[in-house]
Amino acid sequence: MSQFATIREVRDAVRSGARSAVDVCREVLDRIEAQNSTLNAFNTVTREEALTQAAAVDASPVRGSLPLAGVPVALKDNLCTRGVRTTASSRILEQFVPPYDATVVASLEAAGAVMVGKTNCDEFAMGSSNENSAFGPARNPWDTTRIPGGSSGGSAVAVAAGMAPLALGSDTGGSIRQPAALCGLVGLKPTYGRVSRYGLLAFASSLDQIGPFARTVEDAAIAMNVLAGHDPLDATSAPETVPDYTAALGDGGTSLRIGVPRALVDEGVDPRVSAAFTEALAACRAAGATLVDIALPYASAAIPVYYLVATAEASSNLARYDGVRFGFRAKPEGGAGAQDDLRTMYGRSRELGFGTEVKRRIMLGTYVLSAGYYDAYYLKAQQVRTLIRRDYEQAFEHVEVVAMPTSPTPAFRIGERVADPLQMYLADVFTVSANLAGLPAISIPCGFTDDRLPIGLQLTGRMFDETTLLSAAHAYERQTAWWKAQPTL
Amino acid sequence: MLAFAMPATFSRSQIEAIASLAHLRLDEEEIELYARQLGEILEYANQVQNIDTTGVPPTATVVARHEADRPDTVRESLDRTSALANAPDASLEAGLFKVPRVIG
Repeated sequence: MSQFATIREVRDAVRSGARSAVDVCREVLDRIEAQNSTLNAFNTVTREEALTQAAAVDASPVRGSLPLAGVPVALKDNLCTRGVRTTASSRILEQFVPPYDATVVASLEAAGAVMVGKTNCDEFAMGSSNENSAFGPARNPWDTTRIPGGSSGGSAVAVAAGMAPLALGSDTGGSIRQPAALCGLVGLKPTYGRVSRYGLLAFASSLDQIGPFARTVEDAAIAMNVLAGHDPLDATSAPETVPDYTAALGDGGTSLRIGVPRALVDEGVDPRVSAAFTEALAACRAAGATLVDIALPYASAAIPVYYLVATAEASSNLARYDGVRFGFRAKPEGGAGAQDDLRTMYGRSRELGFGTEVKRRIMLGTYVLSAGYYDAYYLKAQQVRTLIRRDYEQAFEHVEVVAMPTSPTPAFRIGERVADPLQMYLADVFTVSANLAGLPAISIPCGFTDDRLPIGLQLTGRMFDETTLLSAAHAYERQTAWWKAQPTL
Repeated sequence: MLAFAMPATFSRSQIEAIASLAHLRLDEEEIELYARQLGEILEYANQVQNIDTTGVPPTATVVARHEADRPDTVRESLDRTSALANAPDASLEAGLFKVPRVIG
């Protein structure tokens, strides 16, 4: 079986007995061992646990019907795993071992998936390049001098480099879709509420969603069948019925209306990305879709709105890291016998435990929520957020999906943008509005630059209509061969 | 629209005041860095001030209103040892988290 086998291929081989889950698992673990020192995709590799879990799949009486039988899965290191260190790539949680599993982790295990490790990411999922990790940046397998995207960079690298056919990430402003685009993968951010977030270390609670990275749209649909559903442990999880996402995959394309927000996508986009996007739209039309010009007049305000709302929520969510109940506590100043007072202990633990970007966002969020500035920034941003949602509601009266590039540029070089946080934030221009509006959105490979850097096409769908979104993405994917390309390792 | 003017850079004391609200100590370098960068980011974010939001309700969450209540039934939860296991300082015998002395 190829290093780049799909979820479906692995699952079918394990189900039929052509391959044992332990064999598949061992192969993947060896590949991780060979590649991780270069790519830095994993913070923790769970070799023993993985082999035990794989053996359990092989011995299972229902192996032949498990939806993810023996499929190795890499989990972003902000998803709680019982007994396995979960760091969010932060010093403050470097030694944190959760006493429980996130709901998605339990669902994957029940479906026969085998966790092989926890992946590198930007600290607390704050970043677009994976450079804000306390454990160093993950590297793009298409060009290891470049970033893989972020914040779920390690998850993207794991799948792109054949170290797992499936990985989970979290997406607060593009953190699944952007690294998927930059690494040549499919990445899906489901509708807000579609997948339980119980056990996800919270960044911005009104925006965070968990979703899959995979090589194909069908694989993403197979994963969504396992991940989606109501969870009484997450009050924001939705009770809507979960369809079989694989069932409708063949239906998309022919009668589809695709909205293109011209004013937005004609500005500030790398010409190589623009060219690939134009070609992708032509392929959609060739597959029978109708292209419709639409306007999203408030989408240009999505970045400022996002960075006001997300930092405000982050400053509140990260207040829990205070060196008391879990995580890092700074040693008292003044050496042995000395004792800090409580406030000093909080302040120093957070100073030494958090990295620069996390502190920057806590500062910004604290400021925009503070007395005298709340109305001007936070409340105002929430009002504009309503206008952004209405933009999409109006667009969806005329079209089923909206198309944009996923990222305005291909992967940039490690270190190129670290000195300019604002420049880094602008890279999220096409992804943040789906989070602000709660909509499902997917990135699919749509081309390469001349120097073999992947480019992604983003489709955004209606609330809870992952079915149409996936079938549209599938129809496009079947017109192309981009998804078959693999990096040289 | 609110009459509102943002300083392009923050003063040292403003940065220290925000850090204090966030229980965050910063070193000299960070104070200078954030004084400049927060000013730049907010100057950019100020474009939202030009959008007319008269009568527009705020969006705090996009979740549709649904029944999140469930019966209040007693069930297993974390045992005390597990709950204390990640604490940097705790008394397992007393079942308590420990913090530095707060009363003289």
